[in-house]
Amino acid sequence: MTLSANHPKNKPWLMRTYSGYASAKESNSLYRANLAKGQTGLSIAFDLPTQMAYDSDDILAKGEVGKLGVPVRTIEDMETLFDQIPIDKMNTSMTINAPAAWLLALYIATAQKQGADIFKLRGTTQNDIVKEYLSRGTYIFPPEASIRFSSELIIYTVNNMPQWNPINICSYHLQEAGAAPVQELAFTLANAICILDTVKKSGHVSEEDFPNVVGRISFFVNAGIRFVEELCKMRVFTSMWGRICKERYKVKDPKLRRFRYGVQVNSLGLTAQQPENNIARIIYEFLGVVLSKDSRARSVQLPAWNEAIGLPRKWDQQWSLRLQQIMAFETDLLEYEDIFQGSDVITKKEKELEEKAQFEIDKIQEMGGIIPALENGYMKQQLVESSAERIRLIESGEKVVVGVNKFTEAEPSPLTSGNVENIVQSVDNSVEAEQIEILRNFRRRRDNDKAAFALDQFNKSIKAGENIVKASIECANAGVTTGEWGHAMREIFGEYRAPTGVSSIAGNRAQTIATKKVNEKIKRLSSILGRNLKILVAKPGLDGHSNGAEQIAVKARDVGMDVVYEGIRLTPRQIAESAMEEGVHVVGLSILSGSHLDLIPEVKKNMEEKGIGDIPIVLGGIIPQNDTQQLYDAGIKKIYTPKDYDLNEIMMEIVQVVAENNNIDL
Amino acid sequence: MLQKTIILICDKLLFWRYAKHFERHNLLKLGLDIEEIVGGDKKSIAKALNLLEEKGDLAHKRNEKLIDILSRKARPERHIVGITGPPGVGKSSLTAQLIREYRLRGKTVGIIAVDPSSRKSGGALLGDRSRISHDFEDEGLFIRSMATGSHMGGLAWRTRHCLTVFEAVYNIIIIETVGVGQSETEVSQVADTVAFIVQPGSGDILQFMKAGIMEIPHVLVVNKADQKTLAAKAASDLMVTKEYSESELKGWKLNVVMTSALEGWGQKELADVLEGHRNFLNDVGMLEEFRHRNRTEWVISLFRERFGEFGLEILGGEERVRNLIAQEDSNNSMRRLQLLEKKLMGQILSESKLKV
Repeated sequence: MTLSANHPKNKPWLMRTYSGYASAKESNSLYRANLAKGQTGLSIAFDLPTQMAYDSDDILAKGEVGKLGVPVRTIEDMETLFDQIPIDKMNTSMTINAPAAWLLALYIATAQKQGADIFKLRGTTQNDIVKEYLSRGTYIFPPEASIRFSSELIIYTVNNMPQWNPINICSYHLQEAGAAPVQELAFTLANAICILDTVKKSGHVSEEDFPNVVGRISFFVNAGIRFVEELCKMRVFTSMWGRICKERYKVKDPKLRRFRYGVQVNSLGLTAQQPENNIARIIYEFLGVVLSKDSRARSVQLPAWNEAIGLPRKWDQQWSLRLQQIMAFETDLLEYEDIFQGSDVITKKEKELEEKAQFEIDKIQEMGGIIPALENGYMKQQLVESSAERIRLIESGEKVVVGVNKFTEAEPSPLTSGNVENIVQSVDNSVEAEQIEILRNFRRRRDNDKAAFALDQFNKSIKAGENIVKASIECANAGVTTGEWGHAMREIFGEYRAPTGVSSIAGNRAQTIATKKVNEKIKRLSSILGRNLKILVAKPGLDGHSNGAEQIAVKARDVGMDVVYEGIRLTPRQIAESAMEEGVHVVGLSILSGSHLDLIPEVKKNMEEKGIGDIPIVLGGIIPQNDTQQLYDAGIKKIYTPKDYDLNEIMMEIVQVVAENNNIDL
Repeated sequence: MLQKTIILICDKLLFWRYAKHFERHNLLKLGLDIEEIVGGDKKSIAKALNLLEEKGDLAHKRNEKLIDILSRKARPERHIVGITGPPGVGKSSLTAQLIREYRLRGKTVGIIAVDPSSRKSGGALLGDRSRISHDFEDEGLFIRSMATGSHMGGLAWRTRHCLTVFEAVYNIIIIETVGVGQSETEVSQVADTVAFIVQPGSGDILQFMKAGIMEIPHVLVVNKADQKTLAAKAASDLMVTKEYSESELKGWKLNVVMTSALEGWGQKELADVLEGHRNFLNDVGMLEEFRHRNRTEWVISLFRERFGEFGLEILGGEERVRNLIAQEDSNNSMRRLQLLEKKLMGQILSESKLKV
């Protein structure tokens, strides 16, 4: 027997890491380091104020600047971000949605300054607004207007940057919000249909060019731990999309009908308990999207093992990149054609998924398509319920999560022992002040008349229905800031609040014994209090990941509380006001953005100012161990992190907090 | 049964003593300042609402007193509007539109938004607050969400109690009902003007006709009227319905108003029509008559809550009780309730003496 060298027949996928934080300068050095390590594409994470089109000195940006990504407020920030990186040689993926046209305009303007040929730019703008309403929460404008901007960006790039992927339709976030494979398939494909129909109806793309538009649509998909089913899901995506392209859009060229997709594997299932096990989870999830050649991902991004604890460091990201490189270059995976061809088992599963997904798509189309199904809350409600079911299964032990509800005994881990703070990236809090200074400095230096004139022109063009990217490039060059652009757009189109999906009617599911126990306790407490236990559930700050808050709200209802759920993006003042008017017994806050040290004490302070400082606050989210003492000192009664998965226990503790606060011995 | 009643009486006597003791105390003991409430201090308003929502005999006595004081402070110009209609027609977004309109007209607004409680757990999701987009810093606006609780209807079980606070503070009070069950009938017993909302192309109108509640609303609203063709059809259906509707209100012309929250129009006309209805009631001298009737029903329902059908029977049945209340010249509901209770005690005592 001879040992053979690896002879990959097939080109590997693009390997990416999702990155960017603190400042344009720091992110730039990180990108250059990653490129040197052999990474072949860039993926930019923007901070929340950028994603919501606010400037660093906006009141709503407080505590969020540079926290979850890089702040880009001006063309200068973009230039710094790409300093010594030749834009025309890069394949750049930008996770940007509501203000996608603006960030693309800054990118184009920067490329032009570098002397690049715009026609040759390659990369992706995520530009998918539907999943923002359903899961991620960083939407700004109403659905119809948002879909208009998405389609205008597509029209612009198809005509001016033909190698650009103008939209990356995401099923990723739907799975994070609890979607089952069938829902992922259906909602995502219905979304793509809506976008393409809108572009077609606009009349700005000729009939001959339309197949090219279809060919530029790409997808961003999630892969969960049930990797055989996930593999089938990917194959069904591929076949259903092919059929939609062929039948609905009459695309003849099979190359343009390919389901092109990138992947980040599931973060939802990563655990804070025994976090080293997450490496195994990541690899199994990875298998689902690379094993089958016919439906293999075009690019893959793997989360880091410690994501459930905090922001990954450079080293954690390197580890995830290495996992990919081993799969591509050490194993023999790339030497074969599709290894599932002819498998009856796989075919049967595919058929089942496809039928169910088609049924859901038809249902959405009957409602009038994706916009009505968003506005009436149908899809969101489906996700919230499905997520509640997942949590119930974990609680009851029907769904095993190793190290969480089974095999929980563990040796102390050398990876996490010592200071927990050292195993995650921490963001220097001086970043915000620095960024505000950079921005103000820029405003002082720029030609204000020129910027004001550009904004005025922009206003007129947008109202007249001109293409949003084209109009935005003028502003980018004239030194308009992200916040100014956002303000102008808000004035024209207004801000939207999406249905929360937390329904008062749905969810009379059977009570488990544990739930019943909490329910009885609540009934007893309520009768002593004189009125039913009332809780306010709210999310302060710009972070739109509402999954946790929604599940707490649904659970609190199911155990018998009156729940005021106010949804996302609330200011501390707003939360205090609601708590007061509603006369709640307890306030539950959820925060995942890392801004807890800024925002949570601020809520407490505002409640005190309104004279309701005696109402207890409990907190849930990604809160590093080292920050908890500071929050307890600020008067927070309980803190829950991803490792507290038992919602009944959380509810029981909240009941206890209220009882103690009212001097009641239960 | 008699034994049970006697126990109840002993109970009552104890509470009378408590009540007397209470009389000597000012509301300040509860941390409440009536002047602050009437002046629109939100913290005090919220606190009063918290107390009024409480159950139990202790709370009952205290709240009688509180309601008594509040009722005397009721703003003469107040207008109580009930918003009802099936789930999903856009009651909350319409309410938001109305808030903006009223605030533009310089009127203060109080909102009571009711959501259903789960029969099983008793819990409720109060989602209207997030759906009614509003300026949370507005001092002239107050929104309170309530769950129906054990009361399985369109209103919360203490909506009427809480209303007394709003009546003492705000120019306009909007009650948004659950929209199912007995919403229409119930809201008509607390509101001056009832608006029934439908959406185009939903079959709501047919349901509405079938339900036999056509005589209740004073204003009909076709929301989401941006769906032009369907909305026109809905409006014409409603006009037909109108012909059959036998409003108990002679001389009031049932209006159909078209609104669109999406495109932001119709709220002006709706506010005008609502105001028109109140003016009409006032002009023909029926506003006070309606309110008086509603207060009577409230007293009966409170009496029933405490003493049940049995209590009503002892006093000779619901109709007789209604007459008894009518004979009292007092407009004070709590006073009337107390008089009824005293009558009941008297009746029971004399009956048990006879038996002994």
